Amino acid sequence: MSATVIEIDPPRVRTTSRWSRLWAYPSLTIGVALFIVILLAIFVVPLFLSYGPDSLDLTSILKPPFSAHHLLGTDELGRDELTRLLYAGRTDLKVGVLAVIFPFCFGTAVGTLAGFYGGKLDWIVMRIVDVLVAFPFYVLVIGLVFVVGAGTRGIYIAFGIADWVIYARTVRATTLVVREAEYVAAARVGGLSDLRILIRHVLPNTITQAIVYSMTDIVLVIIAVVTLGYLGLGVQPPTPDWGAMIYDGQNFITSNWELSTLPGIAVAITALSLSLIGDGLADLLRPR
Amino acid sequence: MIERAVHSIYDSYTGRRLLAAVFVVIGVVIAAFILLHVVPGDPARAVLGEHASAGAVLALDKQWGLNQSLPDQFGHYIHDLVTGQLGSSYFYHENVISLIGQRIAPTAWLVLFASALAVLISVPLAAIAASRHDRFADHAIRAGGVVGLGMPAFWIGIVFIEIFAQHLHVLPTGGWGNSDWQHFEGLIMPALTAALAIIPILVRSLRVGMLEVLESDFVASARARGLSERRVLLVHVARNAVIPTITLLGLNIAYLVGSTVIVEQVFALNGVGYLLVDSITNRDYPVVQGLVLFMATAVVLINLATDLISARLDPRIRLR
Repeated sequence: MSATVIEIDPPRVRTTSRWSRLWAYPSLTIGVALFIVILLAIFVVPLFLSYGPDSLDLTSILKPPFSAHHLLGTDELGRDELTRLLYAGRTDLKVGVLAVIFPFCFGTAVGTLAGFYGGKLDWIVMRIVDVLVAFPFYVLVIGLVFVVGAGTRGIYIAFGIADWVIYARTVRATTLVVREAEYVAAARVGGLSDLRILIRHVLPNTITQAIVYSMTDIVLVIIAVVTLGYLGLGVQPPTPDWGAMIYDGQNFITSNWELSTLPGIAVAITALSLSLIGDGLADLLRPR
Repeated sequence: MIERAVHSIYDSYTGRRLLAAVFVVIGVVIAAFILLHVVPGDPARAVLGEHASAGAVLALDKQWGLNQSLPDQFGHYIHDLVTGQLGSSYFYHENVISLIGQRIAPTAWLVLFASALAVLISVPLAAIAASRHDRFADHAIRAGGVVGLGMPAFWIGIVFIEIFAQHLHVLPTGGWGNSDWQHFEGLIMPALTAALAIIPILVRSLRVGMLEVLESDFVASARARGLSERRVLLVHVARNAVIPTITLLGLNIAYLVGSTVIVEQVFALNGVGYLLVDSITNRDYPVVQGLVLFMATAVVLINLATDLISARLDPRIRLR
């Protein structure tokens, strides 16, 4: 008995070198590389540092950068600036990412449902969106943090209420288009349930929009978290946070400019890597 | 009769837009109540701290009227609004509206100045990027935008202070001053800081719009008539950028107003935003509530104004 071997030639792929494929989306590549460096810096590097984020040393306060034992100097309590910068990065990145999860899920779900079903549901959702968008973002978030209480819990609740609207609006607009697509009509004729159509045919198309926006959103949220920290309404001390570090450093602006400048640069680099990833993803996921 | 009146309002763009704004303001009033009264959270406990006694928390709740039932609280809230008082401050012992009135000038000038700067910087940058499409200047401006968006506004303000006030001594570190000249000097850095927060967003959208205009028939015909590229850019492209710029400014005004809260903090400008952060530290509930309402309403009205202005300038909008 001889088995018939059917040989199928693999489809011919235009062979390009690995390197040129890596550069097909330069901003994505650079962004991801930068983000990996940031993750290594904030999660791995502190393991090799000899200080903790709160280890005080009142004998060596306000050391300038490049002093012995303190690469980036020390603050007014003699805490190592580099160590604090990296630990603050852990805090702000974690809080920023967690704060975006609920708005992402809720906004995408609400936007998809409103766009798909239309009618009363859509009307109500869009009126709520209109009203929430009228509030200046920072005013809304600061007001909410005032009610709920400063700190990470306040941040999560405030962003949960304030931040889903853009997701809902973007996703709804896409859903309105997808709803009229032929493959959705075909699925309906085929007798698929609404739920199945939503999950199998609509959501895969709308969620890419939400993912692309979420990268911009994480940047906005991290900056907002840092800003709340600066105002004393964000992450509470002693947990290190870039915003509070900038606020504390502002008192020593004449003698130790680096104390308020370096955390800002850290925010900017983190934001840059996430923005680049967002740009790259937008290119990658753009329907062709 | 009423039906006809409603129809005639609905027939005009201005009428429709006004009606929509009225509904959004009503929504804002209700939302502000829900956010500050109904959202789970115990504001009195939050400001007094974990270790405050139950009695102290209760006393503060009583002072804020938070111990009443929600319908009662809502009744008082609406009554206060309709009678034109937003309550009075516990800290300043003054009517909230007159408090806002005293602080409005620095904020209004800041928003105005920042908007003007944002337009004056964004439009030329977008024009340069669009006319040098996919060349170095375009890439540089886009990259600058990505970097700029990632920098917190308050931090840019601090860096400005370091450079222009501490090292070069050309501008004051902050404050509103007493004379018109001091007001102006004191506003330069804050306005630039606030403007920088929205410039990347404006440039990004304006650039796309200008690219479309550059590819349009009337620009092609202007070029065919032998007009210089500079003249095409200034007369045809720039003129068509006016309306989108106004619309974009309207869309971003909420963000701008929000960032004045932080910018005023950095530069110690005694405006409405400063009052908001101050009142939060002072646990001044009526002032916080009044300010949230006031700032949201102001944003709705500015949006309405920009929409009506664009509609007046561009009849196509009215017919939509």
